[in-house]
Amino acid sequence: MNASGLLTVLVDGIAYGMLLFLFSIGLSITLGLMRFINLAHGAFAMGGGYVLVVLVGMAGLPFLLALPVAFVAAGLLGAALELTVIRHVYRKSELQQVLFSIGLAFAAGAIANILFGPQQQPIPLPGWATHMVTVLGIAISGYRLFVMGCGLVALGLLIALFNHTLFGARVRAAVDKRVTAEGIGINVGRLFAAAFSLGAAFAGLGGALAVGFLGLDPSFPLKYLVIVLMVVAIGGPGSISGSFVAALFLGVADALFKYWLPEVGGFVIYAILVAVMIVLPKGLAGKPA
Amino acid sequence: MARLTMPPAAIRRRTFLSLAPAVAAGAAGFPRALFASGAPVTVGVILPLSGAFADQGSHYEVGMRLFQEMNGTRAAGREVRLVIRDDQGPGSGDLARRLTQELILRERANIILGYSFTPNAMSAAGLLTEAKVPGIIVNAATSVLTQRSDYFTRISVTMSQVAHSLGTWAAGNGIKTVYTIVSDYAPGLDAEKWFVKGFTDGGGTILRSDRTPLAAMEYVPFLQRAIEAKPDAVFAFNPGGDVSIAFIKQAGERLKGTGIKLLVTGDVVDDNLLPAMGDAIQDVISAWHYQIDVDNAANRRFLAAFRAKFGANAVPSYRVVQGYDGMALIYQTLDKTGGRTEGDVFMAALKGARLDSPRGPVLIDPATREIVENIYIRRSAFANGVGVNTTFATIEAVRDPAK
Repeated sequence: MNASGLLTVLVDGIAYGMLLFLFSIGLSITLGLMRFINLAHGAFAMGGGYVLVVLVGMAGLPFLLALPVAFVAAGLLGAALELTVIRHVYRKSELQQVLFSIGLAFAAGAIANILFGPQQQPIPLPGWATHMVTVLGIAISGYRLFVMGCGLVALGLLIALFNHTLFGARVRAAVDKRVTAEGIGINVGRLFAAAFSLGAAFAGLGGALAVGFLGLDPSFPLKYLVIVLMVVAIGGPGSISGSFVAALFLGVADALFKYWLPEVGGFVIYAILVAVMIVLPKGLAGKPA
Repeated sequence: MARLTMPPAAIRRRTFLSLAPAVAAGAAGFPRALFASGAPVTVGVILPLSGAFADQGSHYEVGMRLFQEMNGTRAAGREVRLVIRDDQGPGSGDLARRLTQELILRERANIILGYSFTPNAMSAAGLLTEAKVPGIIVNAATSVLTQRSDYFTRISVTMSQVAHSLGTWAAGNGIKTVYTIVSDYAPGLDAEKWFVKGFTDGGGTILRSDRTPLAAMEYVPFLQRAIEAKPDAVFAFNPGGDVSIAFIKQAGERLKGTGIKLLVTGDVVDDNLLPAMGDAIQDVISAWHYQIDVDNAANRRFLAAFRAKFGANAVPSYRVVQGYDGMALIYQTLDKTGGRTEGDVFMAALKGARLDSPRGPVLIDPATREIVENIYIRRSAFANGVGVNTTFATIEAVRDPAK
């Protein structure tokens, strides 16, 4: 164990955390702001991943061009589903929401299986992504640096959007007092559709970025559900910056403890989850109900 | 012969136990009658054909069908028919057991060929013993399986065979120190144990052995520990699929330029995973029992038939070969028994069987019913978007060191 090794692991943990953050944004919006328990959230991430596979792996488009397409496509998919089925579930009980959305996740996996088969999807990464960069003895791949950049940009954009625009103010108003918001002429239905679609879009971006990192197959929607729920729970549902802090914290804690204590390292993040839930049941950024 | 009209779900274990000897006795009493009617030999096949492992299940089936297309559907004058059931992958031992029972009782399966996963084979072992039906394990690689039933044999490989061979090879080829990283579950611990044994018996030193959570996708912390220990090589095992892709991608990136070699079992760099791993596979060394470049007449014939069917660039996985060889073993044994399929007759003929397989010479050890075969040491390479494993050393006629 040495200082540069420690820093390398730390930086890797941050990159992994950024990916978790991108995954979890949408769930944080739907769960925290819209109070809809969407366990099918990972399906949008998977959708973004498959868009990237089709564009880069099959059609040969440049990686950087395919990323925004994956973002938009997942957003459109989210909007389409919101308008057709999901909006009918908002007022159902929590159990019904859970059952409905987990069913949706299974269905998404089955559709992906039919369309693309059960195998892992390959994508060729551009040269800059596989190149290792060494700064002060810390080795990191171009891809991980890029993921970190994407996470930071997403954080900035979302905070600006929710805290400093009319759209953000309307969403917050609609969440807190729906009837009043409708009374002053806010179209809450359309607003929620937009917010849901935005969450799906960011999940799609995260999923697209994850292909080069973690791989992609039809079990994707369920495989990362637990860790994404942990991010949202620890961060506090509805808080973008809370999710950000929680994702980084989990990514770094996971990496560091695996490095220091490989015998138990993989378990530590679950212990952290339990501890946070006991001390701060509403998460790091939780507001009183 | 007792006629069974009960639906399989209604057949309880006790009923089955009382019927099994009757079925066996009935079968033994009427072999001649069966030949006279030209009754088909029924091979009950149990594979994962749905869910996350449907892909691998389909590979064995392709191999079985391919063998029949090449060699006809008759052996020793009897039609050989496949009755295929889906056990839905690992963690369905109960289902595999029920399907085995259904195949034996309702479909009157004479031989069972299948089981991709150890727990599923394990759960069926007792049934095969009770019903005296031969079971040929098409994949499950835990060494102890063939000791669980006298009617089990295996047409794949054992983890101990592969890992021990790789350890021995490493010690004999200039690698002095190794750091091991395996997934923390039974096959991982098996791989670790037998690699370490082969390597230390050959004079090598293990610096440290780390075990990773089974479904872990982040391996950098473990790799960083390994790099700091400065071993000559890292030995790794993980359960294939996405986990292995994540591991190899990260290991390939990190170990590049450190001079540390990466050694794995062949399933980690299975040919059909190589495209998703990309150039991270460059120079990974692995040990496995089949490799497309095995140079013998049987493999040329097999590849020609496979490619005639699936295209000139199609790459058969080792699973296809296992399914293919499973059928070859059945045909050859039927030839030897003159078409008789009673458990004890069939098993007696099967012991000591030799196959001229696409993977090289195969022997079923008469004492242990375990497969004896070549283990190939391969190096992975990646060029122009295509990954390949190339054999550069062969360890001949490897027995399972665990027996």
